[in-house]
Order: sequence, then structure tokens, then C-alpha cells
Amino acid sequence: MTTVDRRRVVARPGAWLVWGVVAFFFVNLAALVGSVVVSSFGTRWFDTWLPQGWTTQWYGRAWGEFDVLDLLIVTLQVCALVVVISAVIGVPAAYVLARRSFPGKRLVTLLFLLPILMPPITYGIPLATVLYKYGFAGHLSGVVLANLVPSVPFVILTMTPFIEQIDPSIERAARMCGARTWQIFLRILAPLLVPGILAASILVLVRTVGMFELTFLTAGPTSQTLVVALYYSMSAAGIRAQQQVDAMAVIYTLMMLVLLVVALRFVNPTQLVARVKDEPE
Amino acid sequence: MRVALRHRLADRGIDRHLLLLVPAAIFVSVLFIYPFFYGAGLSLQPRAGGGPLANYQAFWADTYERDTIWITLKIALPSALLNVLAAVPIAMRMRGRFRGKRLMTTILVVPITLGTVLTAEGLLNYLGPIGWFNRVLMALGLTDEPVRLVHNYWGVFFSIVITGFPFAFLLILSYLSGIDPSLERAAATLGAGRWSRFWRVTLPLLAPGLATTFCLTFVLAFSVFPSAILVGEPFGETRVISIAAFHAAYEQYDYAMGSTIAVVMGAVELVVVAVVMGLRSLLYTGPTGGKG
Repeated sequence: MTTVDRRRVVARPGAWLVWGVVAFFFVNLAALVGSVVVSSFGTRWFDTWLPQGWTTQWYGRAWGEFDVLDLLIVTLQVCALVVVISAVIGVPAAYVLARRSFPGKRLVTLLFLLPILMPPITYGIPLATVLYKYGFAGHLSGVVLANLVPSVPFVILTMTPFIEQIDPSIERAARMCGARTWQIFLRILAPLLVPGILAASILVLVRTVGMFELTFLTAGPTSQTLVVALYYSMSAAGIRAQQQVDAMAVIYTLMMLVLLVVALRFVNPTQLVARVKDEPE
Repeated sequence: MRVALRHRLADRGIDRHLLLLVPAAIFVSVLFIYPFFYGAGLSLQPRAGGGPLANYQAFWADTYERDTIWITLKIALPSALLNVLAAVPIAMRMRGRFRGKRLMTTILVVPITLGTVLTAEGLLNYLGPIGWFNRVLMALGLTDEPVRLVHNYWGVFFSIVITGFPFAFLLILSYLSGIDPSLERAAATLGAGRWSRFWRVTLPLLAPGLATTFCLTFVLAFSVFPSAILVGEPFGETRVISIAAFHAAYEQYDYAMGSTIAVVMGAVELVVVAVVMGLRSLLYTGPTGGKG
């Protein structure tokens, strides 16, 4: 009895410390985001706690001057193409990796792991040089190709454990009944894979919207995505009012937030790596 | 005879299904492996002439360039380590079921959506000399003049923590949920206390996952580029190696030198990852562990 009591008392400070650190992190994070939001609604803000007045004009200006609509359309086009192509290329490969063992499997896995393990700038610079050489870079196609490099391996790596947990006897049963490989894929596996494909696609989407380096290295003036345009407007200080950049950043974050909340509805974040059943308690 | 060969190949796992792998393999070869070797080849053809290794010698001889390696490691290693170590106790508390777990996870993941620019703007606004943070410090009388926290090492460090921590947390939470809770209960029935349960049961099982998480967060931190320019001091304290590579390739238009620095960058990163993975292979990686 006494030991139990003592253990509880000892455990308490640790728990408080952890939650205290988390709370401190969040207070600062909220203030950080808050300062951008406040700034984007403020008129003049210098050396005071709050801006002198409030306005929504920065959002209007950002919308007009930035060509936000064009940027959004380009961003959506890039993301849609990257998501669809990486799923089409990645899912069959993930299927083979999940179901088969063959000579050289470790080598192939390493091949698919490398683009995720390397910093984007490392392969981005040679890749951009190659894409410029063949005339892809500077257009939408170049941006899509560059963004596919980390996306295809990402789909493969997230889909492989998902396919592993589907019972292979279902496929064998279908084959017994005379289904051909493509029929098994379309009529048996595809419906079972839809949740996994959806989850992987949304994660790829979030990554692609946020991918800065590769788009930055390969985009031309008409193929910039939102992140890259934001970066240019912030690094070219003085051309645009800071509040306007803040307003754009808020729009961008809201968009990402919607995407992420949608993603979390389909993906249980605790089961990204290991798929386990929730403890029945 | 043909049939026999096909059967023998099939026995070793080679059959028509492997064709499904072909598009992805071709894709990675054409867009990753080929550019990589193209860049490596380019780095051996210096613009200014000289031997094939002249670019590497030039990089190594110039302290301004060479120091970028240490600068990058000095930022990336501590921040990645902090992200992983801070995520462990928080993830430990988030195991199991409790009310509001989904909300907590969502909140912890929100920083992923912030993006480089909002984080940078926020850090400049909030931690700047007239920002709220310094105002609070001065109002509390903790400091007389503003603490300098942006446009130097710390600005970049904070931005890496903000973007890298949620990622590390998600991965570690996922690895932790993969560990069979009955093992800990078994240890408890044998009289192990909280600490010895953690040190002798959970941690050894989690260690491979921690190594993987460290590698992935390290890669994120190592490739820091936009925030090193926006909230750092891009010509001094935070001139990381990716800035050097970009500068050579796109401001001096010396693609050979840019590729050289990119190759050096990749090599340094792979050395760190290889060391961590080598240590990891010494650890237990069986079933029920933090997978890995």
C-alpha cells in the first residue's frame, strides 16, 4: 500500500514536468502564429503590444496583386498530377514488395529508400540541371517530375505495410475461381486498398503543397506554387508590405490545415508505421 | 525446356508479377540515379580546368566553403537530437486511451501545416527585438534589453524544432503503439518499477525506432535551406551547406561546383545516417519491437 502511494507521488512531478514543457511549447507556438495573424489584420504596428488599428485590406491586396487564383490553380494542378502519377506507379511496386521475395529485393528496397533519405537540395541541383538540359524545367512538367522523385518512394513505403496486412488467401481464392491478375487487381485488391491509397495520397498531397526546395529549383515564372511565391515575396523585402506577406502566409496555412484535418480523418497518425489494434481497455 | 526454366525461375521468386515493379524502378533510375551520376560526373569537370578533383580541392581549401559542413552539423545534430528526446516522454504519456486524445494529437501535428514562410514570419514577429516574447521578458524584469533570438543560430534552431518536432512525435508515437503493452505488464508483475520498466523493457524495444526517427529528422534538419536564409544569418553564422550549393549553382552559374557541393553534402549526410544505422543494427529488431 505504502509503496503504491509513494510511486504515485514520485510519478507526479515527471508528468507535470512533461505537460508543463508541452504547454510552454504551445503557448509560444500560439503566440508565434497569433503574431502573424494579428499583424495581417493590423494597420501599422511598431513597438507596441498591438497594432494601431485593424483592417482587412491586406487580404484584398494579397488576393489582387499576388494572383492568388493563378497560384492556387498551379498548385492544385501540380498536386493532382503528382498524387495520381505517384499512386499509379507506386502501388503496384508496393504490392510486389509486400507479397514477394525475390533475389535483389534488399537492393530494390534501398533504391526506393534513398530518395527519401537524401536532402532534396542534394539531388535537386543535379536533377534540375538534367531537367533544364532536356527542356522540362521552367514548366509545369518539370515541377511535377521533380516532385515525383520523393513522392513515388513515399507511396511505396507507406503502402507496403498496408498491403502486408491484407490476407493473401483472398487473392488465392480469387485465382482459384479463375480470376486473372488484372482482374484480381481491379475487383479484389482495389476496393480493399482504397483506404490505404487515400491515406497515402493525402500525405503526398500535404508533402507536395509544402515541398519548397524541388519546386524552387525547377519552377519558372508561370509554374510557381504557393510556397515558392511566398518565399520570393518574403525574401525580396521591401517590395511588398510585410502585413501582406503575413496575410498570404495565413491563407496558405489555412489551406494546409484543412488538408491535414481531412487527412487525419482517414489516417490514424499512431498507425503510420506499425499497424496495431487499439488496446481494448 | 522453356517451361522448365520458367518454373525454376518462379521457384526463386522471379515471375511475371515482378513486371509490376518495373515502372517504379525505371522512374527512380531515370529521375534519381541518373541525375545523381550526371551531377557526380559534372563535379569532376571543373569549369576553370585542372584535374578532375580540382573542384573538391577548391572546396576543401576554401575555409568559407569548408566551414559550411560544421555549421550545418552544428545546427542539425543538436536540433534533431532535441526533437527525438523531447518526443519520447510526451509520446509515452500519449499512449493508451484517454479523453481528448485525438484532439491532442491533432494539436501536436498542427505545426506541420505552418510552412516555412509562416514560421519564419512568426519567429521574426514574435521573437524579434520588439516582439511579444522580448516584451514579456522585459515586463517581468528578466532582462533589460531585448534578447537577440532571430537572424542568428537560434532562429534557425527554433524553426527546425517547430517543423521537425511534430514529425518526430508522430513517428515515435507510432513506434510506441507497436510495442506490445503486455510486456510491460509482465515486467510489472515481476516487481519492476516505473523506471526500470522504461529503461529495461520499453527503451530497448523502442531504440531501433528512435534511430530511424533520428535519421529522418536529421535529414530534415540537415537540408534546412529556406529558414536558414529567412531567419538566420545566411552569410555568416548560418551559412549552411545547402546555401553554399545553391549559391554556386544559381548565382555563380557554376553547375560543376554546385554539383560538387551537393555531392559533399550527400556524402556527409550519408556518413551520419550510416553511423546511426550501424549502431541500430546492434540493437534488437525482432517482432513486437518498435518495428524498424
